[in-house]
Amino acid sequence: MCDRLCGVYLARQLEIPSQYAMFAAKKQLSRRFHMKTSPMTRRTALALGGAAVLMPATGLIHPAQAAGLAPTPTMRGGANNYRPDAPIVGRIGGGGFWMTGTVRRAGDGAPLPDQRIQMWAHTTEGHERDPHSHGATLTDANGVFRLEMPQIVPAFGQAHGHLAYDSAGFKTVFLRPLLASLNETTLNVEFVLAPV
Amino acid sequence: MRLSKRLRHILIWGGLVSAILAPIAAAANSPLLQWREPIYIIAGFAGIIAMAMLLLQPLLAISAIPGLSPHMSRRVHRYGGMALVLAVVVHVVGLWMTSPPDVIDVLLFRSPTPFAIWGALAIWAVFGAALLAFWRVRLPLRVWRWGHTVLVSLAVVGTVVHAVQIIGTMETLTKSALSVLVVAALLLAIARRRVWTMGIQPRRR
Repeated sequence: MCDRLCGVYLARQLEIPSQYAMFAAKKQLSRRFHMKTSPMTRRTALALGGAAVLMPATGLIHPAQAAGLAPTPTMRGGANNYRPDAPIVGRIGGGGFWMTGTVRRAGDGAPLPDQRIQMWAHTTEGHERDPHSHGATLTDANGVFRLEMPQIVPAFGQAHGHLAYDSAGFKTVFLRPLLASLNETTLNVEFVLAPV
Repeated sequence: MRLSKRLRHILIWGGLVSAILAPIAAAANSPLLQWREPIYIIAGFAGIIAMAMLLLQPLLAISAIPGLSPHMSRRVHRYGGMALVLAVVVHVVGLWMTSPPDVIDVLLFRSPTPFAIWGALAIWAVFGAALLAFWRVRLPLRVWRWGHTVLVSLAVVGTVVHAVQIIGTMETLTKSALSVLVVAALLLAIARRRVWTMGIQPRRR
């Protein structure tokens, strides 16, 4: 009913040591489907085995997504040159570049108003470490934020920005998105926050 | 015959000088420089100069540069190696001063940038090759030759992949040309030296 390869696949999915693969897979299958002698065709078994292998790859049964919208993970290097408590400003420097985005709650995806988002980058007006390269803004009633800042230019090999959510209420997230091209004058970033 | 030999010398020298000066001149015209502090600019150019040294070093090692005697070539190769190590140190320290956390991420192999790991590989390969050269007289011949060959090969591969992936001050065409020449010079030196002919183990008597 199930050839060796299919047995191994199923065993891996059921976390059974491989030496028992064939035997155990058959046993588990018949137990699961309440069958003493499995009337399952070879084709059904193969399909099930294939599905068991492919499901995790598609992310369809990822635990965090089981409850809905998954939280945004912090990116590597996202917190580099972070300065806590950057002031809320109407614009960083002379402007010309728009950092935009949304802030939503993990799970139900509800927009989060009045959330503070902080940003900094290497721009035409300064390095990442310079205090005047940093600023913050608040999301509106629809969970949308947009802040004008100087043009982001490539530094350390990539044209990139930094954003942070670092307030109480939700878990801290640091992002380091790349510009799609060097000519871009805007960067859109989505935050999905997990409650603390 | 005499004239063609002279012409060849001129062409080789001209090619080498332009292969090194063109990327430096192109980078000096990069618009990115206007938004960078001097220490960041120096760090970047130290990297370009280090890469250019990788073109000269293999040619000096096999004294393939016309007009230089084998003895002179070897001496220049030795000083070139020291200059290369110095350039790498200036490159890393300058970047560290510009943005410490980014350089710490690179050295700890956790940088988000794909080219960082190749740069880190090249750093350690250059330092390793230089250390072998420093202890050369005390090392068994095979350890020295195989070690230096393998380490400089890693340094070249690391540097070229590192440079090609970076969006920085280097201009694409001159960067590509220099990359191709650096690899070609390494392959030429390896083909001339034929380190594999002496084997890995000493021959039994």
